[in-house]
Amino acid sequence: MLNIKKLCLNVAIALLLPIAAMAQLGDQAPAAKPSPHMESHVGNLTGHSEAGRQLYFRYCWECHGARGDGNGENAPYVTPQPRNFVAATFKCRSTPTGTLPLDTDLFNSVVRGFNFTNMPSWAALTAQNRADLVAFIKTFSARWVTEKPGDPIQIPTEPKLTLESIKHGGELFQKLECWKCHGQEGRGDGPSASTLTDSNDQPIRPFNFTVSNRSKCGTTNQDLYRIFMTGVDGTPMPSFADVIKPEDAWDLVHYLRTLQYNNRSPELALWESTKEGREIVAAKQVKQTRTGSGVAP
Amino acid sequence: MQMKPAVITGFALLAASAVALAGPSGGTVTGKVTYEGTPAKMKPIDMSKEPSCAKMYTTPPMAETVVTGASNSLENVVVYVSAGIPDDAAPSTAATFTQKGCRYIPHLLAFQVNQELKIINDDQTSHNIHPLPKINREWNKSQPPGTPPIVEKYDKPEFIPVKCNVHPWMHGTFAVLKNSHYAVTGDGGSFSLANLPPGKYTITAWHESYGDQSQDVTISGTESKTITFVFKAKPY
Repeated sequence: MLNIKKLCLNVAIALLLPIAAMAQLGDQAPAAKPSPHMESHVGNLTGHSEAGRQLYFRYCWECHGARGDGNGENAPYVTPQPRNFVAATFKCRSTPTGTLPLDTDLFNSVVRGFNFTNMPSWAALTAQNRADLVAFIKTFSARWVTEKPGDPIQIPTEPKLTLESIKHGGELFQKLECWKCHGQEGRGDGPSASTLTDSNDQPIRPFNFTVSNRSKCGTTNQDLYRIFMTGVDGTPMPSFADVIKPEDAWDLVHYLRTLQYNNRSPELALWESTKEGREIVAAKQVKQTRTGSGVAP
Repeated sequence: MQMKPAVITGFALLAASAVALAGPSGGTVTGKVTYEGTPAKMKPIDMSKEPSCAKMYTTPPMAETVVTGASNSLENVVVYVSAGIPDDAAPSTAATFTQKGCRYIPHLLAFQVNQELKIINDDQTSHNIHPLPKINREWNKSQPPGTPPIVEKYDKPEFIPVKCNVHPWMHGTFAVLKNSHYAVTGDGGSFSLANLPPGKYTITAWHESYGDQSQDVTISGTESKTITFVFKAKPY
């Protein structure tokens, strides 16, 4: 018995030593694997990946793929391409660029759906269903095991809307060169617009502010603030968190609202109450199309 | 009890390698990177959409996807020890990547895992820095003129294409490497990897459009070895 024990130990050492030596030589440690069991926490709901799996293979996999890599059966007909959960790069986050989103961010994306894309709103599912789905899509990437979601971007209370705020926002729009892609009038037709590609090398259009107030990552002023501060990962839209001060950011939000002249916002109303603003808005309106935006909706 | 000698051996190995690395002398691998065939003709970059950059050049600069020199030498090739040497701790100095004249300087920046990466905008226009990693995490940041440098790190080795979405001609590469034994070929295509302790190494040369090549080299003592890499040029 003793001999066998000794033998076992020796074998163990013999097996371990080469591993130690390999580590010495700088060979790569085995990469972390995705966990098959994940949970999500949204408010007081807890989602479970086991339950989410059933739902995923009923509602999601035809586009997002059985492997979660965005290569489902329908994917070739879908643009922008379905999200690749293996890469775990997400557009709509409350967390800084390059970090994982919060569970609530993913949950809200599933509720909201993505405007101008093939991703519908899944508001018809129960909240528990959606929480389970969020847990399940976290089983596709090891990033959910090795990393933690980033700290959410803090959004200060919105200051009072003033004309100065809108005008200063307009100056920032010029200074930060938003117009290079989004265009001087916010139509998504800036000088660089036609060259843009997303991280899958697929052509992608900058947001056209004149068509809608419903951007992909939400419709409120807070959402607008969050979008340019976090950036839209996987697309050309960068994060401005390090370069815009919070009070300036609100000015930019107010200005962006005045570009959406089909959306009766308080910002647009105030802007149109001045002669200057009224003339600018009137000059922008293209009368020939149904929405007045010049771009078919 | 049987484990103890193994652990001690492990420490001894570690100590030995540390001593070997700390030694001032070591072997050297030098060489040259060339190409055969006809490389694609680089076109001048049209910067007319960015006048603040266009005015910095009397003749338009050429694209840098393939940069060649005299006698078929190939620039912007990173030559590094890909196997046979332990991973190094990152140096305390930062690797600097500068945006100037709407181009990346250097076009290919090699640095180590967890080494500080400092990105500077020297232009009078806004850039966005958008590295496109597959293994590391992807981020995308705006850098208007006059803003402080962006400081980042990468924690896994990878060759990462970098682009600026605002200026579509701006392309570059981050070569994130595991150890400090690397060189990037410049004018003349030559490289030198110094201070290699005796041992057997795999040396790899990587070019952004011609791919990579590897060669095994055995170094004994402080000898100097010469190797050459010849890439097959793609005409497109």
